[in-house]
Amino acid sequence: MSATGIGAPVRRREDGRFITGAGQYTDDLHVEGQVYAVFLRSPYARARITDIDASHALSGEGVLAVLTGDDMRADGIGDIPCGWLVKQKDGSDMVSAPHPPLAHTFVNYVGEPYALVVAKTQDAARHAAERVHTDFEELQPVIDLATATDSVEIHEGVRHNLAYDWELGDRTATEQALADAAHVVRLDLVNNRLIPNAMEPRAAIGRYDAATGEHTLYTTSQNPHLARLILSAFVGIAPEHKLRVVAPDVGGGFGSKIFVYAEEAAVLWAARRLRCPVKWTAERAESFLADAHGRDHLTHVELGLNEHGRFVALKVQTSANLGAYLSTFASSVPTYLYGTLLAGQYKTPNIYVEVHGVYTNTAPVDAYRGAGRPEATYVVERVVEVAAREIGKDPADLRRMNMIQPGDFPYETPVALTYDTGDYEKSLDRALELIDYAGFSARRIEARQRGCLRGIGMSCYIEACGLAPSQLAIQLGAGVGLYESGEVRMNPTGNVTVFTGTHSHGQGHETTFAQVVSDRLGVPFEDVEVVHGDTGRVEFGLGTYGSRSLAVGGSALVKASDKVIAKARIIAAHMMDVGADDVTFDGGVFSVRDSNRSMTIQEVAFAAYVPSNYPLDLEPGLSEKAFYDPENFTYPAGTHIAEVEIDADTGVVRVVDFVAVDDFGHVINPLIVEGQVHGGVAQGLGQALLEHGRYDDYGQLLTGSYMDYCMPRADDVPQFRVDTTTTPCTHNPLGVKGCGEAGAIGSPAAIMNAVTDALGVRDLTMPATSEKVWRAIRGAKGGIR
Amino acid sequence: MYPFNYHKPSSVDEAVSLFLDAEDPAYLSGGMTLIPTMKQRLAMPTDLVDLSGVQAMRGIERQDQKLVLGAFTRHAEVARSEVVAQAIPALAHLAGLIGDNQVRYRGTIGGSVANSDPAADYPAAVVALGAEVVTNKRTISSADYFQDLFETALEPGEMIVRIELPIPRRAAYRKFPNPASRYAVVGVMVAQFDNGVQVGVTGAGPCAFRASTLEAALAADLRPEALAGVDIPDAGFNADLHASAEYRAHLVGVMARRAVADLLAS
Repeated sequence: MSATGIGAPVRRREDGRFITGAGQYTDDLHVEGQVYAVFLRSPYARARITDIDASHALSGEGVLAVLTGDDMRADGIGDIPCGWLVKQKDGSDMVSAPHPPLAHTFVNYVGEPYALVVAKTQDAARHAAERVHTDFEELQPVIDLATATDSVEIHEGVRHNLAYDWELGDRTATEQALADAAHVVRLDLVNNRLIPNAMEPRAAIGRYDAATGEHTLYTTSQNPHLARLILSAFVGIAPEHKLRVVAPDVGGGFGSKIFVYAEEAAVLWAARRLRCPVKWTAERAESFLADAHGRDHLTHVELGLNEHGRFVALKVQTSANLGAYLSTFASSVPTYLYGTLLAGQYKTPNIYVEVHGVYTNTAPVDAYRGAGRPEATYVVERVVEVAAREIGKDPADLRRMNMIQPGDFPYETPVALTYDTGDYEKSLDRALELIDYAGFSARRIEARQRGCLRGIGMSCYIEACGLAPSQLAIQLGAGVGLYESGEVRMNPTGNVTVFTGTHSHGQGHETTFAQVVSDRLGVPFEDVEVVHGDTGRVEFGLGTYGSRSLAVGGSALVKASDKVIAKARIIAAHMMDVGADDVTFDGGVFSVRDSNRSMTIQEVAFAAYVPSNYPLDLEPGLSEKAFYDPENFTYPAGTHIAEVEIDADTGVVRVVDFVAVDDFGHVINPLIVEGQVHGGVAQGLGQALLEHGRYDDYGQLLTGSYMDYCMPRADDVPQFRVDTTTTPCTHNPLGVKGCGEAGAIGSPAAIMNAVTDALGVRDLTMPATSEKVWRAIRGAKGGIR
Repeated sequence: MYPFNYHKPSSVDEAVSLFLDAEDPAYLSGGMTLIPTMKQRLAMPTDLVDLSGVQAMRGIERQDQKLVLGAFTRHAEVARSEVVAQAIPALAHLAGLIGDNQVRYRGTIGGSVANSDPAADYPAAVVALGAEVVTNKRTISSADYFQDLFETALEPGEMIVRIELPIPRRAAYRKFPNPASRYAVVGVMVAQFDNGVQVGVTGAGPCAFRASTLEAALAADLRPEALAGVDIPDAGFNADLHASAEYRAHLVGVMARRAVADLLAS
């Protein structure tokens, strides 16, 4: 391993510009002549717009326009589509209510945009926005998920507010197995609503060149090509070849910047109407209201076990809150990214899941770090934990005896996936060793003497990453394939420009991908530049989410690199006057077998662009493109173990130790991988203990600022202890699986298992806030260990 | 933020006169509440009278059995002051718990006390220590000063110049922070003077108050155990997403016990 090649802990090359303030985020861009937009947002959860009077606003100095949803519709701008069509139990399509970028007629959640004011300065735009007078007729909102299907219809014709009634697995066999089971554990679980809170709020600049008809959108996107596709093909802003989407430096996304948002369509449209660039930057309050939220499930789960403790059946019934409209991938998250993961690491033979996708008058809910897989892990790992306690088995032993064994791969689950490889016990064993599982009871006794209740909890998670085999995804309803593209361009002077269709917004691709390509081509790491985030420069791409970038995008780059090497080999053979089969390639050098003749790949690159001595039938140049479509998902898996201490007087929970042992396959950059795990676990800890997006009965967001929405901070998290095990992915060239979401997937269940262990209670809803825990302690007087 | 006129006086009299001459003015001290409120366009003063140039409102001084803090003393100055550490170490500790570094380097004791946020830390010390709030017009006893949610005895235009805190034999402050904002869900200062024990509570009610039942119990027996059976009624207590009134009442007891333990250990 070289100091910068595959496996080397290279420091992230992008960090220099980020931490010195030299990054170029969307809001940092100043397009000549730009003007400013401010969006008018619904103050009501559900209402009819009866009148918008902009006359006052328009008279203000510097005010250019007030544009409404009706104006947008009149200009032929279409609705925002949901990109994944889910089929219902009866085979019919899900019910997707129209989602206009700017609401007209009705508004359906607090914060929904229905108009925008454009002015020469941001201040003038804000001032004018306050002077638009809008009359609303308030309507009864539907806020509570549990009762939403029995409430008034939000969208005309969407009966019971159900977007879909979906199922997966064999219901009859599962119910029969449950009826025959020696022991059935039943549990009702809540997966709390989360608000993503990327460090950089969303922003967008729309630009229109009247001379050429070209539109440019600068935006905070995780997948600019998909944004271009949706904005052209569905929303109808401009044809694809007249629309360029640039996502420059982006400060975090966690899923929330995958989706196409109203504001992106609106600034482009406004720029064309007004013939000047229009810029919008969200305030944090807008981010809370109008970024897509995450999670928000209610679940009833039943796990059947036989007399030996083997799992015989798992039945899961979930209501998933989708919010007021179906955001870009909203429909797939609680179905194909959730139900398919319910086998977990176990050989449960019968699994059935049904999911109600429910509309409510709240912000749209879509993918958030882990997207469906944290919810699935939470269900499986909580119910398994409760089962262990109820049948009196050690939770580690019960898991171990039900685990899929290394000899069982490829393993086909009852819920549509085929796991390629894994060694789950190995991760479990390593995690138990790191946490000193055997020594826990002594630690509990010691904590009790300090007035603290100590608990331990584990979670053996699996996730499906590397989204996704295109044909399978499209069969299951995806509107696009989920391959990735890459281009490796050797320049005449021998350095390399790499183009990837994935997008880095904190993941460190500029470093990792440079390591992969420099390792493959044998060129110095410093000589490899990674370009991403611009549809004008990168051919195509599906972006970054679902821990897919390295497994899919990295594989495309390997493929492209190999094409470069193949062509270079022909050139080298020609120049050294031998057959291509006689030329070997190693460490950036082409050598003639059994001789001392050789050429560097840089020399070959020069020859490719200055073809004086060159094969006649070969095109000049040394730049190759590749599309990589994965054969299967990748299946990162591992064990997370948390130890918590609860202050028995106040109910405050502290995670005092946390071990994560993950199998990500081969690791390209262990430093970045560890950082990804830390960040993911911090977010999982936030979900378990701190974060909760809450609305009141009228649909007003109660947690609309950092005064009330509790993000985890450095002093909330322990020193994480992280290790990896390795079973290389069997079907991609790097043997990698993906590491971006594992932390957020594994940790909530581990922490809640520890909290409930400490308290000796069956369940507690997340987040385990101090008052909730205090009440549990009080309720269990005498019962607390 | 809406436009406003900005003034930077150098004396108390000048500040007050600027204030009285303006249409809808506000004093600007640390601005930790006012500026965010203005940025959210929830406040729109016509004139801001910035007090940062008024030297008479600065300084930390021990005068016999009193600690005198200029109203413009920033939290960070209190937290790291040798004089405060010698006189009332619990006050330095309290100041170090306010907000974060950025807030402590901007926020001032006068601003905090004038604002009377129910979840601010300083009010617990002001009532527990029986401080006197000295304004441009008069001296207000802490017993009369805090009146209700964001309401004090200050009259329009009246400005805190300094705060005079009697130095106790010992004192301790315990805070149960809101996990999101890090304001006090409950904060309790226990102070022992030659003539008794005083307990100040912030966070629990609409404004800071003295907890007389706790004081009575501690007067008889200054140990945490003395508070075990003491009833803390939650009537009128704050309730929000983070803590019900009942839980706040419970936390007052816990924080008071811990403060007493800290005090005894000091």
